[in-house]
Amino acid sequence: MKARAHRKEIRKYSVLKVVAQTALGLTLVALCAVTLFVLARGIPHVNTQLLFGDYGMYPSIKPALIGTLYLIVISILIAAPIGIGSAVFLTEYTRSNSRLTRTIRIATETLAGIPSIVYGIFGYLVFVVALGFKYSLIGGGITLAIMILPVVVRSTEESLLAVPRILREGSFALGSSKVRTIFSVVLPCASSGIVTSLILAVGRVMSESAVLILTIGMVVNKIPEGFASPGTSLALDVYYFGSHGYPEQAAATGVVLLVLVVSINILATVLGKALGRGELVDG
Amino acid sequence: MMIKAYRYIKARDAVMRGIFLFCAVFAVLALGCICVFLFAEGLPFIGKVGVSNFFGTKWHLDSGAYGILSMIVASLYVTGLSTLIGIAIGLFTAICLYKFCPAKAVNPIRQLITLLAGIPSVIYGLFGMIVIVPFLRDNISSNGVGYGILAASLVLSVMILPTIVSISLDALNSVPRSYYEGALALGATSEQSVFKVMLPAAKSGILAAVVLSIGRAIGETMAVIMVIGGSPAMPGSLFQSVRTMTANIAMGATELSGDAATALVSTGVVLFCFTLLLNTSISLLKGGFKRESKSA
Repeated sequence: MKARAHRKEIRKYSVLKVVAQTALGLTLVALCAVTLFVLARGIPHVNTQLLFGDYGMYPSIKPALIGTLYLIVISILIAAPIGIGSAVFLTEYTRSNSRLTRTIRIATETLAGIPSIVYGIFGYLVFVVALGFKYSLIGGGITLAIMILPVVVRSTEESLLAVPRILREGSFALGSSKVRTIFSVVLPCASSGIVTSLILAVGRVMSESAVLILTIGMVVNKIPEGFASPGTSLALDVYYFGSHGYPEQAAATGVVLLVLVVSINILATVLGKALGRGELVDG
Repeated sequence: MMIKAYRYIKARDAVMRGIFLFCAVFAVLALGCICVFLFAEGLPFIGKVGVSNFFGTKWHLDSGAYGILSMIVASLYVTGLSTLIGIAIGLFTAICLYKFCPAKAVNPIRQLITLLAGIPSVIYGLFGMIVIVPFLRDNISSNGVGYGILAASLVLSVMILPTIVSISLDALNSVPRSYYEGALALGATSEQSVFKVMLPAAKSGILAAVVLSIGRAIGETMAVIMVIGGSPAMPGSLFQSVRTMTANIAMGATELSGDAATALVSTGVVLFCFTLLLNTSISLLKGGFKRESKSA
């Protein structure tokens, strides 16, 4: 009797194992289906008209390519120095349990949890309304910079913490000042991690669209004239084409976006590994 | 001469420290600015139109009705359903990767999942629009509508899968192996040890994954607006065009102005409060987790 109950119990758990394996299958199928369906629908429609063609009358992503480039430049130029500086302060200048550090950490974590549409409203209120920029790439870029800041801070901090203490002490022992140590020992040693995190941040900027819908105006049929003019981005174009009766062009734009984002992520991984290996030899 | 050089170095150190400090405090300033701008613009509006109007069920701009209750309800439905589906599949996936799958396959699968975690949300929305919505409309829906809560939940649950899988897997991996071995030594099968010992031991990490994915689901905009339909109606069915809070903001953003635009900001304030609540519970969870592992 007891043995039978025991066997039943064991069988029950082996069923759970099968459930787990099915779930893994489902996950992989679902995630691959997303990419494959978009690729299948979009690839036949990736053509020169879509990429570089006339953007006044027909869907073309030329304005979006330029707009995305602007946004990347603005947001990285702002987020990189501030994020790296913040990480340097957190790792090199403070003890981890001081009140200031804790406040900064909580603020950074909270920033990371705010939905992008809320950033969009913030950008709208500050840049479009309060500062009177109207819809502009610069406003969207600065809002994006604040949004990717937590990512840059966290990953830079990790790579700074990975730099052995002994290198800093060696530098101090040679008579270098703190700033000298940071700039010629700590930051170069952590450079691979920092570069990787910045590349990942570029990926985030490219994928983001909810922020931009409220800040840069979604002007899909004009090439932006400069930082202050309204514009569009690749991700916004996917939404715009999709919701304005061009699902094929939306899928094709999605293909371009997907290829760019995936190759950026792969680049980050590969570069991180390659540079990391170099460091290991130096160390 | 020497002293002068030292003074220069000292001054440079002080200046750079100030600059680094500013960079670090920037996050605090930014957060403060976001709070101030949102609340200063959004809260007075709620007071102006009246709390009962704002949290009412009717959203009709021409008659001055700014009720967002139906959108809050729709947001909660979508979030709840997508988290339920996502957690169920994601947790079992993590368990499978942890123990029930060939060891050689684990790392490639993990890398693939991480890579797929980087897919822009608008791509998920597009997938929902060209695949899931027509499928639901033609095969499942009884009223011929594909848009709605089920479509949005399905899209979102796929979107949050990578997050759930990788965090739950990390949580499982951080449980000491000796627990598993101990359970085996006591005569449990491998499955029993995983489900009865390892899983409960990893519960705080898994709970963190749940809260994090709730945050992502409630705040997601682009993937939702492409499949939700967009009518500001009270959700009554899984297949009915409704509108979440995020969809309300994004859809109105490009066309509304004046009071209606301010109503969107107020919607954002409500959404912001929801996420602050979630953030607080995450840090409380983390605090509890640390205390737990310290006492262990």
